[in-house]
Amino acid sequence: MPERQISYREAVAEAIKEEIARDDRVFLMGEDVGVLGGAFGSTKGVYDAFGGERVLDTPISETAIVGYALGAAMAGMRPIAEIMRVDWMTICMDEIVNQTAKMRFLSGGHPDVALVIRAAAEGGIGLGGQHSQSFEAWFVHIPGLKVVMPSTPYDVKGLLKSAVRDPNPVIFLEPGVLYGVSGPVPEEEYVIPLGKAEVKREGKDITIVAWGTLLPKTLNAAQTLANEGIEAEVVDPRTLRPLDIDTIIDSVKKTGRLIIAHEAMKTGGVGAEIAALVQERAFDHLDAPIKRVATPDVIIPVNRSLERLVLPQEDTVVEAVKSICS
Amino acid sequence: MPLTKEALLNMYRRMLTIRHFEEGITEFSRQGLVPGTGHVSIGEEAVAVGSCSALGDKDYIISTHRAHGHLLARGADINVILAEVLGKATGCTGGKGGSMHLSDFSRQILGTNGIVGAGINIAGGVGLAIKMRQTGQICLGFFGDGAANRGTFHEGLNMAAVLQVPTVFVCTNNQYGLSMPQCKACGNIDISARANGYGMPGYRVDGTDVIAVYEAVKSAMDRARDGEGPSLIEAVSYRLRGHSMRMDQMPGGSDYRPNGEVEDWAENKDPIKIFRSKLKELGYINEKEAEQLDAECRQLFESAADFALNSPEPEPETAFTWIYAPEGVK
Repeated sequence: MPERQISYREAVAEAIKEEIARDDRVFLMGEDVGVLGGAFGSTKGVYDAFGGERVLDTPISETAIVGYALGAAMAGMRPIAEIMRVDWMTICMDEIVNQTAKMRFLSGGHPDVALVIRAAAEGGIGLGGQHSQSFEAWFVHIPGLKVVMPSTPYDVKGLLKSAVRDPNPVIFLEPGVLYGVSGPVPEEEYVIPLGKAEVKREGKDITIVAWGTLLPKTLNAAQTLANEGIEAEVVDPRTLRPLDIDTIIDSVKKTGRLIIAHEAMKTGGVGAEIAALVQERAFDHLDAPIKRVATPDVIIPVNRSLERLVLPQEDTVVEAVKSICS
Repeated sequence: MPLTKEALLNMYRRMLTIRHFEEGITEFSRQGLVPGTGHVSIGEEAVAVGSCSALGDKDYIISTHRAHGHLLARGADINVILAEVLGKATGCTGGKGGSMHLSDFSRQILGTNGIVGAGINIAGGVGLAIKMRQTGQICLGFFGDGAANRGTFHEGLNMAAVLQVPTVFVCTNNQYGLSMPQCKACGNIDISARANGYGMPGYRVDGTDVIAVYEAVKSAMDRARDGEGPSLIEAVSYRLRGHSMRMDQMPGGSDYRPNGEVEDWAENKDPIKIFRSKLKELGYINEKEAEQLDAECRQLFESAADFALNSPEPEPETAFTWIYAPEGVK
């Protein structure tokens, strides 16, 4: 029987449903997550399955959504809080950074700070400067948080289930443009551990670390490059904090070249951190400078051509590879 | 049911304990024994003790940066709290949190907070968990008049009313947000009046009257426990000291109040003096007994000081713990 195919958004909803059914401490809260099934359809069917007791439609109150989720976690629940877009996590940064991330430390090691804060991330669909950003680096910078950014339906389901079960706060970022993308997801239950990268394509000539929307673009680029005789190895970290740097280092030791590709702004992006770690640990294995493929330091425009121009595309990756694989 | 003599004397004892604790740490701060700073609540003891006396053993509290009084009123271990204020290994946060980050899970004190207004949402969330788990507890969330002007007050109180959580929000209006007088910080100084806008009851009580505070909080708690949702209580009191111990030590650090204001409150509206007179009127205590109680509570601080000052410094490796759950914890 061919493997079941479902979309990324269906995989998200399925993971949430399974976790609510599995553990009576788990519940979902956020704007439009209930009756509507999420502004991007990523919680469709959860309300129908569990009703308003376990699925709370909230007012537009980002500080309260995260603050309430944190309070509920401290009193023994395991909330999944949705902030519709990562852009709006800026509204509740105190709740995420000063409260949630530090609560265990500042409470003498209190064990129950288990919550997931989900949000759609990245651009590519013309939503403009306040609805298209990629802020994973902001959260990777904060001790106390875990940061997960899956790029396939299979990964998002397995990682979201692990995030819900993790005893730490997890920032869970879902690339909005990938919600409609389908892929194989087995019917049987599975989880994917946090903090484990996956080699999505093997190759010997160059390592490309890519996540989010850039992962499928990079896989396409790798196919194009293969046709031209360059075998790229594509590593998806999947979890950005803790980062599985060992898998990346192992790959670089094999290929001698590294590109990091992400849609977030180049300056201060997670790509810079990975480049620094690799040169600290594998400098002698590098045959070329490390390159980054990222959005230049601009504000994401709405116009289709302009947006396409600033966001890294498949050919941006191809060109970057060629520039260091001569 | 009116409070018994024993209950009232216990409340008085707690107020005195807080006063001696905070006078003691103020002196320790002057001597350089307190890392960073700390925010004392001298003059606000009636709010802490009146509120916490209304709680059942299983009820939660969430508090603020000015929390020593709340912790002691709730029965937290004075030794452990003092050790934390001094940054010692035996403190409730192992010396890593200090005065603004106190907790005692055995007394259902889930934490205090260094960010003004941040506890409001957390207290609402604790209430949400109680409601979902149907445990019959309530959560008491303390904050101040300064926090009432943060967005979290608006989001947190509205959410509480929408979700009908069993949380009682207690605003200690001590009339100053650092140097800013409340009358200049609020378009309407009556914070309790805002409750109506959120669809919950609001009460304004005399925060220097411990019994009035107790009765208001008790009735809000009973209401919450009966499933009738949150309430807002504003207890009007006065901060007899400066914003923080450190600021009080700075030249000019307390020069923002009208001449004679502090002295007037200290002379005429000190909650401890008021309560002592009340207890005398009731015939529950005489001057000699009052002096004896005072000495006992001072002794509590002295013996906590022995414990805390002789406690070890935290081990260096503890700087790296409690950031994440230990491996293997589910």
